[in-house]
Amino acid sequence: MDWLKIFRAEKKTTAQTAKERLMVAVAYQRSGNANGPAYLPKMREELLGVVRKYVQVPDDAVQFTVQREDGLEVLELNITLPEQ
Amino acid sequence: MAKIIVVTSGKGGVGKTTTSASFATGLAMRGHRTAVIDFDVGLRNLDLIMGVERRVVFDFVNVINGEANLKQALIKDKQYDKLSILAASQTRDKDALSQEGVERVLNELAQDFDYIVCDSPAGIEKGAFMAMYFADEALVVTNPEVSSVRDSDRVLGILSSKSRKAERGEGKVREHLVLTRYNPSRVAKGEMLSVDDVKEILAIPLLGVVPESPTVLTSSNSGVPVIREENSDAGAAYKDLVARFLGEEVPHRFITEQKKGLLSKLFGGQ
Repeated sequence: MDWLKIFRAEKKTTAQTAKERLMVAVAYQRSGNANGPAYLPKMREELLGVVRKYVQVPDDAVQFTVQREDGLEVLELNITLPEQ
Repeated sequence: MAKIIVVTSGKGGVGKTTTSASFATGLAMRGHRTAVIDFDVGLRNLDLIMGVERRVVFDFVNVINGEANLKQALIKDKQYDKLSILAASQTRDKDALSQEGVERVLNELAQDFDYIVCDSPAGIEKGAFMAMYFADEALVVTNPEVSSVRDSDRVLGILSSKSRKAERGEGKVREHLVLTRYNPSRVAKGEMLSVDDVKEILAIPLLGVVPESPTVLTSSNSGVPVIREENSDAGAAYKDLVARFLGEEVPHRFITEQKKGLLSKLFGGQ
């Protein structure tokens, strides 16, 4: 029966779609904030406090990203200062 | 030294309690002294699945609070004398499971049993965390379905970072994939994630595949763990899974579609 497929356009099955979507969702979960160290939120809070001693910044001024590459964990810290 | 095994999944309704009941029964059938604990405080169900609901006098929280001793609270299975059940409390709040209390009960059980199976509640709250924390090994129960697979991945992350083994640097919790409610004919049609898909996404070794089966429901109706059903493929799958867990080489069954013969096609036999 498989030769009939030749006449049909090759259509992606829903299972394939599910797999692709999961690969992305899981990669995000593993790399990102979901699995980052537990102290991150608190550290962010305290850093925000320190910055605010000197400059008035909004809540989202301090941003973290955690990346894992070749068994190496990289913590990137971004502080956005307001435009004067 | 007793081995502590958590049966977990993140998502609810995927078959944790069914798996806990059959896995624990299977270990006892093979002659191992086994205790199975329901960690779902407030939503006790393992007792029903194992058919001992009318024999619960004291529960897990009673033992933790010192209102009963372990011997009073453990329910001995009528069929297999090596199997005991510790029911969850039906009324107390989840904070009743203190880390020290759970540890004390597990240590006491470890003196009399070879295996301690911890049936985790759904979610990643206190009860689920307590069920996972002390584990040496984990059965991660997953359905071939997107939300279940993602939740399982989340639980694997917690196991590898927050378990006692991880905290103490004593190595990893040994993880096993248990794929339940598998329907090979839907997989063949491209409607359902395959075993290989799920294995590839979660990247943990496969312990067993349990096919979707009507006997899972009917055996729960009568409070008999499905592993005790002689003519059920789900029961057979659980027996295989237990054998594999004990180190035997057992080929996987129920992964490919069973071709129906002409007669059963005509008469619609099961």
